[in-house]
Amino acid sequence: MFYREAGIFKTSYASDQALFRIPLDRLFVIGVVAAAYLVVPFVGDQYWLGSILLPSLILSIAALGLNILTGYCGQVSLGTGAFMAAGAFMAYKFASNITWLPIPVVIVLGGLCAAAIGVAFGLPSLRIKGFYLAVTTLAAQFFLLWLFQKIPWFVNYSIAGVPTAPPREIFGILVTGAEASPAARYLFVLTFAVVLALVAANLVRGRIGRTWMAIRDMDIAAELIGIKPLNTKLSAFAVSSFYCGVAGALWSFCYINTVEASAFDIFRSFMVLFMVIVGGLGSILGSFLGAFFIFLLPIGLNNAVTTFGLPIATETITYIEFMVFGALIVFFLIVEPHGLARLWQIVKEKLRLWPFPY
Amino acid sequence: MAEAETLNAPEVGGAVQRTFGEPVLTLENIGLGFGGVKAIDGVSFEVRRGEIMAIIGPNGAGKSSMLNCINGFYKPQVGTITFKGRTMPAMDPHFAASNGIARTFQNIALFRGMSTLDNLMTGRVLKMKRGFFWQALHWGPAQKEELENRAYVEHVIDFLEIQAIRRTPVGRLPYGLQKRVELGRALAMEPEILLLDEPMAGMNVEEKQDMSRFILEVNEEFGTTIVLIEHDMGVVMDISDHVVVLDYGRKIADGTPDEVRANQQVIDAYLGVSHD
Repeated sequence: MFYREAGIFKTSYASDQALFRIPLDRLFVIGVVAAAYLVVPFVGDQYWLGSILLPSLILSIAALGLNILTGYCGQVSLGTGAFMAAGAFMAYKFASNITWLPIPVVIVLGGLCAAAIGVAFGLPSLRIKGFYLAVTTLAAQFFLLWLFQKIPWFVNYSIAGVPTAPPREIFGILVTGAEASPAARYLFVLTFAVVLALVAANLVRGRIGRTWMAIRDMDIAAELIGIKPLNTKLSAFAVSSFYCGVAGALWSFCYINTVEASAFDIFRSFMVLFMVIVGGLGSILGSFLGAFFIFLLPIGLNNAVTTFGLPIATETITYIEFMVFGALIVFFLIVEPHGLARLWQIVKEKLRLWPFPY
Repeated sequence: MAEAETLNAPEVGGAVQRTFGEPVLTLENIGLGFGGVKAIDGVSFEVRRGEIMAIIGPNGAGKSSMLNCINGFYKPQVGTITFKGRTMPAMDPHFAASNGIARTFQNIALFRGMSTLDNLMTGRVLKMKRGFFWQALHWGPAQKEELENRAYVEHVIDFLEIQAIRRTPVGRLPYGLQKRVELGRALAMEPEILLLDEPMAGMNVEEKQDMSRFILEVNEEFGTTIVLIEHDMGVVMDISDHVVVLDYGRKIADGTPDEVRANQQVIDAYLGVSHD
């Protein structure tokens, strides 16, 4: 009823290949992005912009990256945190040593360095799959973090070992560092998220995305069609690590304002993996849904307890958080392996028929 | 009766002797073993341009291994393969794919998570050249290339009459349709040689008729050379121009369907023979 597919006739392949094939979808997404740019920065307060939306968006970028690798190309990775750290530290090196570089370029360069490192750690994927590959990426996680902590070159020999993110401006407005206003930082991060989501959507619906999915679904048939497994897997590792690197750089420069390895430990890797699983493997929308859901869940639980004035100790809340978290992961793995994105699709299918049952 | 057959001859593919061009693929003394088991033992044959060739034989005769050698999935230890003027000890999968050898599998090997359309579009990967930059924009040359290939894929979709399942994930399709989509994916590669591994296994009579019709039409309309493995003798004898019979990895007969049908060794292999 509300959500109609009937009556939409395509007269060219171009319109049939469009990003959003149903006008309502397109309107909805344009509406959300417009609201995120034009309404949210003026309505949202410091807390909402700086502590809720900002980190959620950054983690969405990381989830997008992992989803490309795991959801689209089928290569499991537990090294997300390490690739984020690589992006953050390399961006810091660029920003502090070549001070005239515009900040978006710095972030992208950080991402490119992370991509190169990702390719190096993706090399074993030609020979090993699944669980064993996950263990080799785990090696990346521990090795890279150790490297960034032990070698002072990465932090410009700073004595404390935890340098602050350098303040940088775009059009005269501070967008990084502690002094920047939450609204400016939010818009800066939002732009990255929107552009990267668009690029990811374009990649997965074109030739490159199809080669990734072919390798994921049936690597032998893919090879006999003429797809080169090594190139395909490494391109997925490169793009994925680039996204993670950008997310890591933004996390350091715009959110926590310091460049430190401890922000990108193994728990960060698991958190992003959960986001991808709960959001939906192999879905761009799912990466965003998952990131917001996983990041906001603990905050929501906390707020619920305070709002209802329940007499629960703070430590207990933390434990409940972990329990709900674990239960949700198990729930999604069993009931809906395609995650929130699939639930959203089901809602749309129901809306199409509502109020009739079929 | 005999007169009626000659009158109808031009329409019945296998019954007439059609003439074919030069050999497109030559296999010479191919030998392949897995450990102590000899899967293929000194088999040689030629595939001529434009013919429909069938490889038959009892279970375990080495038919699928033969196809796997042709498209480079297995590397034979002995013998040579000549294709496109190159004589090689073994085929390279990428060389085979980029020079027009496509295949389908005995156990369907589709990309289950992708739609029919995407499966067919994946078959055109080698025809698409635009790099990362344009792909990321999905605009300009990349879009043009995408649309050109889409038009070709739509041609294949029309040909196989699978318009209605264009957007359905192939994992949800029934078996017969999956087989058809797999044929479509191979056709999307615009193959010169199409290898079909039991294209009619597990199908009912109507589905077999459809598939036979598609195979004959592909051969006729696109001029594609076809090498197929099939257990249904009725189908094999009807549609093929040339039959190679394998038994225990060795070639025991090679010729037209009629010659093979009359061959005593073939009859023995299929019916069994008493050793006294």
